Amino acid sequence: MKEQLEAIRKSALDAVAETRTAADLEAVRVRYLGKKGELTAVLKQMGKLSPEERPVMGQLANDVRAALETAIEARSDALAQEAMAARLKAETVDVTIPGKKVELGHKHPMYTVLDEIKEIFINMGFEVMDGPEIEQADYNFTKLNAPENHPSRDWTDTFYLTEDSSILLRSQTSPMQIRAMETYGVPIRMVSPGRVYRKDEVDATHSPMFHQIEGLVVDKGITMADLKGTLNAVIREIYGPNTKTRFRPHHFPFTEPSCEVDIQCHKCGGVGCPTCKGEGWIEVLGAGMVHPKVLRGCGIDPEVYSGFAFGMGLERLAMGQFKISDLRLIFENDMRFLSQF
Amino acid sequence: MKLSRKWLNEFVDVREVSDHDFAEAMTISGSKVEITEVLNDSLKNVVAGRILSMEKHPDSDHMWICQLDVGEGDPTQIVTGAWNIHVGDLVPVAKHKSLLPGGVKIEKGKLRGVVSNGMLCSLKELGLTAEHDYPDAVITPAALLNDYHPLDKEKPSIPADIQPGHKIFGSVAAARVTAVEGDGRTYAVKLDTGSGQAETSTICSNLHAGDLVAYDTAKDHICTLEDLHADQKEFPHCIADGIWVLHEENVQPGDDMAVVIGADDHVVEFEITPNRPDCLSVIGLAREASATFGKELKLHTPEIKGCGDSIADHLDIEIEDGELCPRYTARLVKNVKIQPSPTWMRERLRNSGVRPINNIVDITNYVMLEYGQPMHAFDFSCVEDGQIVVRTAREGETIQTLDGKDHVLTTDMLCICDAHKPVCVAGVMGGANSEIIGDTAMVLFESANFNGTSIHRTAAALNMRTEASSRYEKGLDPMNTLKAVQRACELVELLGAGEVVDGVMDVIAKDSAPVTVQLEPAKLNRFLGTDIPEEEMRRILLSLGFGLEGDTILVPSWRSDVEHWSDIAEEVARFYGYNKIPDTLSSGLNQRRGFSPEQKAENAMGALCRSAGYSEIITYSFISPSYYDKIDLPKDSPLRNSMKILNPLGEDTSIMRTTTLPSMLEILTRNYNFRNKSAKLYELGRTYFAKNDGSGMANEPKVLSLGAYGADMDFFALKGAVETILAGLRITGVTYVAESENPSYHPGRCAKVYCGETLLGTLGQIHPHVAENYGVDCELYAAELSFDALYASMGGKAVYQPLPKFPAVTRDIAVVCDAAVTVGALEDCIRRGAHGLLKSVTLFDIYTGTGIPAGKKSVAFNLELRSDERNLTAEEADADVKSILDLLGTELGAVLR
Repeated sequence: MKEQLEAIRKSALDAVAETRTAADLEAVRVRYLGKKGELTAVLKQMGKLSPEERPVMGQLANDVRAALETAIEARSDALAQEAMAARLKAETVDVTIPGKKVELGHKHPMYTVLDEIKEIFINMGFEVMDGPEIEQADYNFTKLNAPENHPSRDWTDTFYLTEDSSILLRSQTSPMQIRAMETYGVPIRMVSPGRVYRKDEVDATHSPMFHQIEGLVVDKGITMADLKGTLNAVIREIYGPNTKTRFRPHHFPFTEPSCEVDIQCHKCGGVGCPTCKGEGWIEVLGAGMVHPKVLRGCGIDPEVYSGFAFGMGLERLAMGQFKISDLRLIFENDMRFLSQF
Repeated sequence: MKLSRKWLNEFVDVREVSDHDFAEAMTISGSKVEITEVLNDSLKNVVAGRILSMEKHPDSDHMWICQLDVGEGDPTQIVTGAWNIHVGDLVPVAKHKSLLPGGVKIEKGKLRGVVSNGMLCSLKELGLTAEHDYPDAVITPAALLNDYHPLDKEKPSIPADIQPGHKIFGSVAAARVTAVEGDGRTYAVKLDTGSGQAETSTICSNLHAGDLVAYDTAKDHICTLEDLHADQKEFPHCIADGIWVLHEENVQPGDDMAVVIGADDHVVEFEITPNRPDCLSVIGLAREASATFGKELKLHTPEIKGCGDSIADHLDIEIEDGELCPRYTARLVKNVKIQPSPTWMRERLRNSGVRPINNIVDITNYVMLEYGQPMHAFDFSCVEDGQIVVRTAREGETIQTLDGKDHVLTTDMLCICDAHKPVCVAGVMGGANSEIIGDTAMVLFESANFNGTSIHRTAAALNMRTEASSRYEKGLDPMNTLKAVQRACELVELLGAGEVVDGVMDVIAKDSAPVTVQLEPAKLNRFLGTDIPEEEMRRILLSLGFGLEGDTILVPSWRSDVEHWSDIAEEVARFYGYNKIPDTLSSGLNQRRGFSPEQKAENAMGALCRSAGYSEIITYSFISPSYYDKIDLPKDSPLRNSMKILNPLGEDTSIMRTTTLPSMLEILTRNYNFRNKSAKLYELGRTYFAKNDGSGMANEPKVLSLGAYGADMDFFALKGAVETILAGLRITGVTYVAESENPSYHPGRCAKVYCGETLLGTLGQIHPHVAENYGVDCELYAAELSFDALYASMGGKAVYQPLPKFPAVTRDIAVVCDAAVTVGALEDCIRRGAHGLLKSVTLFDIYTGTGIPAGKKSVAFNLELRSDERNLTAEEADADVKSILDLLGTELGAVLR
């Protein structure tokens, strides 16, 4: 019997080692350890042994069973590992194949710039206001102190909807200054972006419709130094912290003093190049202290309150930021253009 | 405004300031410099040269080899094809490596084998004209018989073998030139007349020994093209073009031509804002430059000798309305000699961008540039009865202006009239009836002040904005009229253009009181956020010509833009330096700040559209009326009631859109035409509807429009995007109702979308006919959703629903029903048939074909049933399903497959 057990141990271990699949291994287990298995069959003959032999053989049989079970378990682990390795190998992909696209739409570059600016002002405590594009000449010009014969009132410059020139397409976002002051009074800190219209033929730098953002701050004790500080802060947020600015006198009917703000040309550093038309500076916005007449017209006492206002064109800003060479691209809406932003 | 720096230096000496520094400093003090033009940058190495000798080119019948003295000792050889030059002439020589206007570079070379060290130049090649710049350089050519080319070779008017003495017609016979001598203006010509010798004088400059000419023996005259009544084609070289023969005094060989023509000037172009018409003048800018650079302003008081006589004996002036014409100043000049003005004046005008005409007209322009005061010169013989009446036009009056155009005047137009008729549209343009012409003998100089608004309106109504009107409309200094007219008369005497009649007629119809403003240094500093000393403020104001009496500022008459302390703040600030004002941030927060709820909704919609794959576009708010036809909008559609732009750029941008659909289709079409395979676009844009409240204003509701085409597009792709957007906005209770009436959309693939009873908008495939209108032969898809309706339908904040505690039971059912029954109706029926356990219904298949009778379809749904209280048994679930199937059967005739 001892020989029998040893023979089973050997053949069973050999058989385990030779298995290639989990099913093979299970078959081997059944063949040796199953109810009708070879080891079981040997154990069934234990009764025929002498009392002296029985514990010895019993011990040996248990050893064989234990060895077999250990071998099967080890083999099972090994087979599982092999199977996993094989599976992983089979599942290997070419990671250079392009991914499955999630098609996101694109924000228009002009709005990208506008949103950036709105955020800057909101962070400074401004509100964002919206207003009509079909506007009264009163708001677009008269209440903004534009004299009756101001050239921008000409039918060659502004689009009109009535013969008496009383209703027009706003030529600037500045009427929102008046609407803001009339609606909410003081103090006020607001920006108002939107479409404006001027009678310009379409070319690389002109469009009869474009976008501006207007800003207005009115409170007690607002100074021209506040105007400078605020706009310099905004410009540095937009154009970078090292941007050089210069404020130069200008004229707007609704501000006094008035100024235009230039930034030093980023391309030539102020020496003069085609980008800045040789001037070394690029105009970015117009601004000024709200004209006392404008304040008074809105029922605000200019001896008590003061304020500043500013406006800037958004297309030009977007063109500068994204190096867009031709304004027509902005309104052409070509997918090949839009999908770049 | 173009400013000659040479001219400027007469009033303020800023010679040592470089162009760059000048532009920078003037810009910073408020006079924005656009560009500085160095005139001789485009004219280099061109000098005056005297022709020493000329010989015929051996290999050419028309070229000359000239030796010239160009001031270099050795003569310079130049070959030219010009016919109008002679030995002794002084001409412009473009030497080797020279530059001419237009970027033309001249280098030495060989012309038919003969070396030419440059080129002789015409006026045109120097960027000039005889007509305006050098009237004495007009070239008059004779018709050369040796240049005759008959129009009809069979029938020549002049025989090819014509010889001196042969008659041409009348007293005109052929003659041969044997010698020519001249001074560049007139030429003494010796002729062989066939029968003998003759000597004559001519202004024709193209004659040389050997030429055959037509000589009128009776008139002793060498014939031109006109004299022969000949066609230009018959004498191809007989043209009034050639080398510029200089008559300038004091010009020596070797002199730089840039200097000779006054192009050694630097011209600064300013952008002058409309509030500063005083700066549209040399003196005005000199005043700014004086304050900017701290240099003395040197003004000049005109001095006139006069010739006796008295203006009062000739002229009477009447102003009807002092509001329209506050002041009218005039002087008379008699024995006028109309001729070209001198070189220096023509140069200054030319450098300032004004074309010289003749001495009298040039003087008016010169004074306008120098003083900023427009002037007009009348031929006084055309002013009937010696009367000037400044009045508005009478009903029906007409005038022909100097530009030859006829105008009907209206009764609000201010005119300068004589006793009977208008002779000038005041401040706009003179009348042809009193134009200065060659034989004008007596001139009336007008220097007047008019109401800016009135001039602006008249110029706009007549559609003739002139240099004068664009100045007047800004409001000019009434104190300037006298100075200007005096300066004009001084120039008349200086130029010898006539004799100035004694006396000035100066009618002041409206007195203007000087404006005063209080100087309040503390207030100004508070306003500016500065600490500028009062002394500095006073210094700045004085340097600009303001007066100071104690704390009272006297605003000078030319500064009508200054009337308030804030104006004084600007004057002080711009010369103190805007850039020296400190940077501060105002403190204080407002109640209202950040985005309004509507703006937040707009931002959310944009983000949702983009996450659904749609890209943002910007389209014009104005469209063409024909766009409504393109989207097949019915003729009687109320959407056609657009607000109209009365002065549009063109038909295509002439009305305000009432729908965004054509804008979107336009952009889809453009992308399609660009051969972009697909496009998904959105815009949150406004539409415009006239308000009915009499305000003239508009309601401007915003529309969220989507548009798409491409291989991945069908109705359900579009609907899916809309569903995603609505879900993202937390809009619930959404239903889609088939819409077959909208003419722009495919009647079988269009739906209206509702939130409850609220119509949110329309979506679907664009009608193939509309697509055809746009020339697109693929399926276009669009959705138009009302922003206001979307905003009103948006759900509030989410409220947490407890997660299910018990498992759901799912059942798939497939029912067969009439093909016309909609999935929406089936779903609705399923929901109503359930007994409260149904949690979701999901369509998963629609099938027609084998096994399904014709006209029927099989529709399969996945039902999910669940209770929140307990585990459902199969029996409970089946009972609900049975109830659903019963209702489907009775209501829609749908039976379980």
